[in-house]
Amino acid sequence: MSILVYIEQAEGAIKKTSLEAVSYARALADNEGTGVTAVAMGSIENSQLAKVGAAGADKVLHVNNERLNAGIIQAHASAVAQAYKKVEAKTLILAKSSLGDAVAARLAIKLNAGLVSNVTDLPDTSSGYKVKRSIYTGKAFAETSISTEHKILAVKKNAVDLKTDGVEAEVELFEVALSEDDFSAKITSTDQATGDVLLPEADIVVSGGRGMKGPENWNLIEDLAKSLGAATGCSKPVSDIGWRPHHEHVGQTGVKVAPTLYIAIGISGAIQHLAGVNSSKYIVVINKDADAPFFKAADYGIVGDAFEVLPKLTEAVKALK
Amino acid sequence: MKILVCITHVPDTTSKIQFTDNNTKFDKNGVQFIIGPYDDYALARAVELKEQSGGSLTVLNVGEAETEPTIRKALAIGADEAIRVNAFPKDSLFVANQIAHYAKEGGYDLILMGRESIDFNGGMVHGMVGEILGMPSISPVMKLDIEGNIGKMAREIEGGKEYLEVSLPFIAGCQEPISEWKIPNMRGIMSARTKPLNVVEAISEETSTAVDAFQLPPAKGAVKLIDKDNVEELVKLLKNEAKVL
Ligand SMILES: Cc1cc2nc3c(=O)[nH]c(=O)nc-3n(C[C@H](O)[C@H](O)[C@H](O)COP(=O)(O)OP(=O)(O)OC[C@H]3O[C@@H](n4cnc5c(N)ncnc54)[C@H](O)[C@@H]3O)c2cc1C
Ligand SMILES: Nc1ncnc2c1ncn2[C@@H]1O[C@H](COP(=O)(O)O)[C@@H](O)[C@H]1O
Repeated sequence: MSILVYIEQAEGAIKKTSLEAVSYARALADNEGTGVTAVAMGSIENSQLAKVGAAGADKVLHVNNERLNAGIIQAHASAVAQAYKKVEAKTLILAKSSLGDAVAARLAIKLNAGLVSNVTDLPDTSSGYKVKRSIYTGKAFAETSISTEHKILAVKKNAVDLKTDGVEAEVELFEVALSEDDFSAKITSTDQATGDVLLPEADIVVSGGRGMKGPENWNLIEDLAKSLGAATGCSKPVSDIGWRPHHEHVGQTGVKVAPTLYIAIGISGAIQHLAGVNSSKYIVVINKDADAPFFKAADYGIVGDAFEVLPKLTEAVKALK
Repeated sequence: MKILVCITHVPDTTSKIQFTDNNTKFDKNGVQFIIGPYDDYALARAVELKEQSGGSLTVLNVGEAETEPTIRKALAIGADEAIRVNAFPKDSLFVANQIAHYAKEGGYDLILMGRESIDFNGGMVHGMVGEILGMPSISPVMKLDIEGNIGKMAREIEGGKEYLEVSLPFIAGCQEPISEWKIPNMRGIMSARTKPLNVVEAISEETSTAVDAFQLPPAKGAVKLIDKDNVEELVKLLKNEAKVL
């Protein structure tokens, strides 16, 4: 018996949030005295699979099937269900993400498992099985109990620290039986920014709002982001007007981020924007209006004109490195 | 084409979240309820698809009588009729079982939902309904066109999008910019009063999770302001105090 972890990859690279999910499963397995098996899909090099061991897995089932490189929801759910049965798991752990949610929901039905998403802590099993999850877009938490024998937890970023000192995991090729129904959704093309730090995974996010005045000024945001190794984000109006792509829009109706550092520049701090960033560890706000509501949610702030402050800040960061 | 849109009845996005009864109940005092913002996108796109190709548009909500004003708003925006499953939405499985049952009964070609509800943010109900009905479920969908029998979609993935095609019937969890929120006009509001709103009973009581208690996050301390002419100080604090650089 083992805890199973569903691993996501993008172009052969295992996602950091999935590795965190492995570390979460390790901590849980140590409490329960069981093992951790991870299941990874598609073409992935062994050097990438080794990271899964370092993060805490004892074993990796590798479904080395090219058709699974893309995140086809039904096919992934079928493959994970087969791995779950093979290792006789009672618990499935995965990172909260748009694909993870979709796959987990189908698995909840397939496996008769109680599913809790946005989990922020390890479960409390002292009486029953209780997990803490984030609700109301980060504005509250709910202590939730699961009543079924089988359980699925979709874990939020930063629920546990990523482990990197685990042992080398045994990699086993795992064949799954998939039907044409599993591939009823046909992916015709993808259009992905490569090489950049992915926003939902980033440890540092530099985000710009309408105060940046126009897309032609985004080099100031990008320069600061580059000096910090950060991802870039924006407020909703910025992506609505088309200054920035939609997948950068942070907030209630956009991406919810949980970096260690969120730097907001020229963003007023409307409650809907805050809803997407309130899980950040530290928040820095740069705004020329001292009364901007964002300062109330910030740890550090500079009242000033972004066009003056940003170049200086980028220089100061570079000087540090 | 027969379209079903599933809508939630949730606190307005500016609401202050509070709890009562020893942190076991949501405090509705002073809270305004709205159609879930993602569900509102799904509804707006459904109205456009119906205008293009005809057919019918039904909205469904699992909720107690208090959700009816929200359902009427969806009728005012352009749905033809509504179903309210008369039950408190206990958990995702409970809601998914109700939707799956009434969706099957209605024989819809297309089922649109929001990518997630903004109260519990599970993003789960569409996948569960898809699995129960053996239908594809795609989410989060930011573009949707129907050509003949085929749905053509763009799904948002981290850092980009993926284009895909799937045959009807299927389920999509929607988000912007699939369409723009529609504001009901006077004619819509008038006609919504007489459109059918059918109240039906829950078909299953099954749940797999329960909320024992709610909690609010700890209050944030005061912001530390740094002079705009001394940005080096900010970098120092981030390095030595916050230890994030
Ligand atoms: C249902 C709903 C959902 C929503 N979801 C989201 C969401 O997910 N994400 C989101 O972001 N918004 C969302 N919004 C919109 C939100 O309410 C705000 O309108 C939006 O966040 C404002 O964006 P902004 O701060 O960039 O622009 P503004 O409010 O216009 O603020 C611009 C700020 O820039 C400052 N500024 C101007 N010039 C400078 C300068 N030279 N240097 C420094 N600072 C400067 C100004 O002082 C101001 O504070 C939603 C709204 C609704 C109704
Ligand atoms: N009580 C409900 N009634 C009708 N539809 C719902 C209900 N709860 C969730 N949904 C639908 O399922 C989507 C995803 O919800 P969730 O899984 O709770 O995040 C929502 O955007 C709605 O479209």
